[in-house]
Amino acid sequence: MITQLVLRALDRRAVWVVSALLLVALAIPFANLVLPEGHPLHLPNYAVPLFGKYLTYAMLALALDLVWGYCGILSLGHAAFFALGGYAMGMYLMRQIGARGVYANPVLPDFMVFLNYKELPWFWNGFDQFWFAALMIVLVPAALAFVFGFLAFRSRVTGVYLSIITQAMTYALLLAFFRNDLGFGGNNGLTDFKDILGFNVQATTTRAALFAASAIALAFAVLVCTAIVNSKLGKVMIAIRDAESRTRFLGYRVDNIKLFAFVVSAVIAGIAGALYVPQVGIINPGEFDPGNSIEVVIWTAVGGRGTIIGPIIGGLLVNAGKSVFTGLWPDYWLYALGGLFVFVTLFMPKGIVGSLRSLFSRRKPPRQDNSEPLETGAKDIPIIAEPQPGAAE
Amino acid sequence: MTDATDKFKTMLYLNGVSVSFDGFKALNNLSIIVHPNEMLAIIGPNGAGKTTMMDIITGKTRPDDGEVFFDGKVDLTRLDEAAIANLGIGRKFQKPTVFEGQTVWDNLELALKKPRGVFSTLGYVAANDDIARINEILETIRLSARKGDLAAGLSHGQKQWLEIGMLLAQDPKLLLVDEPVAGMTDSETVETATLLKDIAKTRSVVVVEHDMSFVRELGTRVSCLAEGSVLAEGTLDQVSANPVVIERYLGR
Repeated sequence: MITQLVLRALDRRAVWVVSALLLVALAIPFANLVLPEGHPLHLPNYAVPLFGKYLTYAMLALALDLVWGYCGILSLGHAAFFALGGYAMGMYLMRQIGARGVYANPVLPDFMVFLNYKELPWFWNGFDQFWFAALMIVLVPAALAFVFGFLAFRSRVTGVYLSIITQAMTYALLLAFFRNDLGFGGNNGLTDFKDILGFNVQATTTRAALFAASAIALAFAVLVCTAIVNSKLGKVMIAIRDAESRTRFLGYRVDNIKLFAFVVSAVIAGIAGALYVPQVGIINPGEFDPGNSIEVVIWTAVGGRGTIIGPIIGGLLVNAGKSVFTGLWPDYWLYALGGLFVFVTLFMPKGIVGSLRSLFSRRKPPRQDNSEPLETGAKDIPIIAEPQPGAAE
Repeated sequence: MTDATDKFKTMLYLNGVSVSFDGFKALNNLSIIVHPNEMLAIIGPNGAGKTTMMDIITGKTRPDDGEVFFDGKVDLTRLDEAAIANLGIGRKFQKPTVFEGQTVWDNLELALKKPRGVFSTLGYVAANDDIARINEILETIRLSARKGDLAAGLSHGQKQWLEIGMLLAQDPKLLLVDEPVAGMTDSETVETATLLKDIAKTRSVVVVEHDMSFVRELGTRVSCLAEGSVLAEGTLDQVSANPVVIERYLGR
C-alpha cells in the first residue's frame, strides 16, 4: 500500500512541480547568499522572507484546494488552521527568547510580565522544546478540524451553511485570541523572536534556510495531495463533490471521507502557518480574520480549483501582485482583488490552470486509455457544492 | 395481507409502511414482498409513492410506521444509506445520476464491490479480477469503446446503461431500478428488458416503470400503486383488467 501511494504521488505533473520547488529552494538562497551585491541576479535580503511567505501562502491555498477543489467543502475558515500552526510555532519562539526580553524574565515572555502573570500558564509548558512545538503544530489544527468536521459532517451540514459556520469558527477564534487573559499575548500577539533551533531568526542564512524549508514543505504537501487525489479515495472525493447523495447510495461513508480530507488539509495549513511565523516575525489574532480565509479562496479560484498546481500558482501570483500593487496604488488594491475574483468567477471559472488545460486539451485528440491520471479540472465545478435534488428524488 | 411466518424467506418485506410529509400521506399502509431471484414491476400514477418507497428501502427516508426487512432479518429502518448499500441493496435513480466529471471506467470502479473505508480506498490497487470484472460489465452495457470518456459526454440512454452497470458492479442482492428506460429508443428498451431479466435470474429486482410495453416485455409480477398503497397485484393482464386500476391509472 505504501509503495503504491509513493508511486501514485510521483505522477508526471507532481514530479515537475516538486523539481521546480526544489530548484527554487536552492536558487533563491544561492542568489541571496552566494552572488555578490551588484550581480544582476543578486537577491536583496528583504526578498528572501517575502518569497518564503508567498510559499507558505501557496501551501495554505493547496490545503484549501484539497477540501474545496476535490471534495466540494468550501471552507471559509482555513486561515484559522494556518494561524493555530503559527501560534504553536510562535510559542516555541517566545520560549527561546529566555532572559533576553525587555523584562529579562528567564521563563515568562514579556507580555506575561507586563500583564502580571506570576507563572507560566499550563498550556505553555513544553513549548521550550522544538519537538513538542512541532507536534503541536500538527496536532492542534488536526484536533480542531477533527472535532469541527466530525460534528458538521455527521449532521450533514453542507454547502453555504458549512461555509458560514467555518467563518463563525475563525471569527470566534479571532475574538478569543484578542483577549489578554487567554494567555497568547492578546492584541499584540507574539513577536520579538530571537532564535529558532539556536540560530538567529534575523540572520540571512537562517532566513535562507527557512525559505528552503518552506519550499521543501510545499513540495512534500504536493506529494501528499497528489497521492491522495490519484488514489481511489481521490475519485471518491470527487464523486462526493459532484453528487454527494449518490456516493452515499454506493455505500461510501461520506462523512468519514470528508473528515479525513478536512483533517489532512488542516495539518498542511498548520505547517504552512508554522513556517510563516518565523519569516514574518510576528503572529497576532489578525491572522484569524475572516477576510484572510476569503482571500485564500480567491487565490485558489484564480489559480484553478481541482488541480494541484493551480492553488500554488494562484497563491504566488495573487500575493506577488498584492505586494507590487499595494506599493503602487495602496488605496485601490482591495478593489483590484475583489475585481479579480469577480473576473475569474465570470470568465475563467476553472482558474488559470484549468483554462490553460482546456485550451491545451482542445488541440489534442481525446485519450482512449485510462492509465493516465484523470483531468479533474476538466469540468465546471460549482463554487459551493449544493445538495443535488436530482439524486435525492 | 402478509403472514409473519413467511417473512424469513423474503428478500424484501414491507408491512404496513406509512409515511407522511407535512400531512400528505405519501405511503399509506403499504405492504410489498419480493422473493429471492424474483422480479417485481411497480406501476402507478405520479404521486403514488413509488419513489418514496425506494427512499424508505434505501434509508433516505424513515417511515412513520410499519416494518421494512431485508433478507428476512435485517431491519432497514435502523440503518443509514451507506450501511444499506453495503448490505447489498443497489439503487438506480429516476434521473440518471452518474459521476459526470469522471470517466466511465472510474464510475464503474467506484461502484465495484470493494471495501469502502477511508484507508482501504486510499490504498486500493485494482486487482486483475477487478479489471476483468469492469471489462465484463463494460461489455454487458456496451460501453467498452467509451471507457476512457467522461460520463458527462454520454447520451441519455448510455447514462442509463452506465448506471445499470454501476448497479451490477455493486453486486447487490436486491436492485431497485427507477424508470430504467426513460428516454430510450424502442430497441434500447427491448435490450434493457433482456438485461434486467437476465439479472433477475440470480438477484431480486424491483422495477418502477411507466412504459407499459416495457413492463409487458419484462413479463413479471406487477403491483399497481396508487395513493401510497397497493391497488392491485398479479400479472400485467390481470392488473390492467382490474376495473379500479383502469379507473385510477390506465384510464378508459
